[in-house]
Amino acid sequence: MQAIRQLKSRTVVLPINDIDTDQIIPARFLTTTSRDSLGKHLFHDWRYREDGSEKVDFVLNSPASLGCEILVAGRNFGCGSSREHAPWALLDFGIKAVISTEIADIFRSNSLKNGLLPVLVQSQVHERLLLHPGESVSIDLETTTLTLADGTSATFPIDAFARYCLMQGTDQLGFLQTRLNEIIRYEQQRPWTP
Amino acid sequence: MSTGSPTTLFDKVWQDHIVAAETPDTPAVLYVDLHLIHEVTTPQAFTVLRDSGLRVRRPDLTLGTLDHSTPTTPVASFTDLARAGDSAARQVRRMEENCSEFGIELFGFGSEHRGIVHVIGPELGATQPGKTIVCGDSHTSTHGAFGALAFGIGTTEVGHVLATQCLLQRRPKTLSVEIDGGLAKGVTAKDVILATIGQIGVDGGTGHVIEYRGAAVEAMSMDERMTVCNMSIEAGARAGMIAPDDTTFAYLEGRPRAPKGTAWDAALERWRALRSDPGAVFDRAVTVHGVRLSPMVTFGTNPGMVAAVDAVIPDGAGKPGFRKALEYMQLEPGQKLSDVSVDFVFIGSCTNSRLSDLQQAASVLRGRKIADGVTMLVVPGSQQVKKEAEAIGLDEIFRSSGAQWRESGCSMCLGMNGDTVPRGKLSVSTSNRNFEGRQGIGARTVLASPLTAAASALAGKIADPRRYL
Repeated sequence: MQAIRQLKSRTVVLPINDIDTDQIIPARFLTTTSRDSLGKHLFHDWRYREDGSEKVDFVLNSPASLGCEILVAGRNFGCGSSREHAPWALLDFGIKAVISTEIADIFRSNSLKNGLLPVLVQSQVHERLLLHPGESVSIDLETTTLTLADGTSATFPIDAFARYCLMQGTDQLGFLQTRLNEIIRYEQQRPWTP
Repeated sequence: MSTGSPTTLFDKVWQDHIVAAETPDTPAVLYVDLHLIHEVTTPQAFTVLRDSGLRVRRPDLTLGTLDHSTPTTPVASFTDLARAGDSAARQVRRMEENCSEFGIELFGFGSEHRGIVHVIGPELGATQPGKTIVCGDSHTSTHGAFGALAFGIGTTEVGHVLATQCLLQRRPKTLSVEIDGGLAKGVTAKDVILATIGQIGVDGGTGHVIEYRGAAVEAMSMDERMTVCNMSIEAGARAGMIAPDDTTFAYLEGRPRAPKGTAWDAALERWRALRSDPGAVFDRAVTVHGVRLSPMVTFGTNPGMVAAVDAVIPDGAGKPGFRKALEYMQLEPGQKLSDVSVDFVFIGSCTNSRLSDLQQAASVLRGRKIADGVTMLVVPGSQQVKKEAEAIGLDEIFRSSGAQWRESGCSMCLGMNGDTVPRGKLSVSTSNRNFEGRQGIGARTVLASPLTAAASALAGKIADPRRYL
């Protein structure tokens, strides 16, 4: 995982609430045994027609979306299944942060483990972002601040440990492994065994 | 565990599994008692293990099955398997190799215990009160019906559990959902949970663990409690729990993985303490009036867009996404739900594929024929459920009514295995998600109970099951 400190990009906006992980990547693409190259399936059924051609009116197909690394989405983004293929597909496509007023629990947890930044904002900031697609915004993980094109800024909440791991580019498994002695002690001392 | 002040069921189980307490800088290290794995969300985790030279730390606390991408037609050879798609066959092969290499018990093809991961855990008695249970699947919340703390995790976390038997977790909040009153005839656990999601919203439980309580919950069988807890994730909650009681203990006693003899007595004593103390404080609380409920069906593209089966589609004017959802569903506000034509009916999934679900569907279908033009699939949740259903002749009832009787698996719930609903067709389904394209590209899904689904198959339209009872 690459270390992240700052991110600056134009936004791509999907002003839809409750975007579920079946939309982000449909289940029929989950028969893979790899986490690579899933970007081509991102929002597949919203992006492509039956014959495989692109739907020109879908925002990710617009030339203006090219190179945008920040996705602004409606409330409750990433609800539904636990498939980590959803953040994998977004990252492979080039999205590095998702901004919304609410992001579903499992999706958020999966994102943090892969270097995809979930950024929660208040509705006032959210509404502004929804109204200005393509706006250039910056995200500073060090100060946990989101700054909009007009200079207004807002801080966003993020778990301190997840933030540390993202800034170092480290996998959380390493930390768990350092607790091995405590895990063994727990197993030896617990009053019942599963 | 007892600190003097009243605590919730969730807190009791949570506290019992803390290896290292959380601090402002670090999450809690939470011990996992049972790790369930399946073919779809594990291959990448095993790759990480292999690349890092790690072992599975507790294969004895890990159980594998094949369910998501497996065919529901009989599998006699690898050629049959490849029918579901070459990549699906490869994924199943990989699961078999991974389990064999890392010493994990796998209920594969040929095993009489194979089935949907959330059906076989309880069926084996591996799901028990007070355990922490995780799986790379959001419907792991199902196991909370036994008073376990059970939740879905991603593939990276699957790797964490395989390697350490632990997870890094922040303590979630608690939400009490009290379901009061008795349920009217024809109103089932599925209707209760659909109504609950409609009431609190598809994000109403985000950040929370739900505890379902109240007279209606206490009166439910284990199959019904599992249906309720299963769909906790559809309200955004990662877990749902129900305090274990005599119904729970009677279900578990004698099952292959349940404790035996003196171990059973000791477990029972421990399990009886697993309930929220009087006066325990929840972060939030809501009440659902069970007595007022009708059979429920969804009309939109998320499980919160739900109405009584005898109602008309509401006018959601002004609600964001409402029109887009109805456009996708090809439905109109004001339209009677009972006028909506049905092309497919699916009885199955981790929500409603247990024996009592099949019995309910069969009670409606017995001696009747499904409508012309309706394709109906009945997919038992496990090979065990299949065997039990066949022993009491349910397969015959389904077949003679015109339905197809299949092998176990997730099947048409998510259409990964080739069991899909064609574009534009409407499916009344006992599964858990009516998202766009969930059952096939362009497929339109209406979620319902097994009773309502069976009644709809007979009528060829969305139908009120009370007409047939």
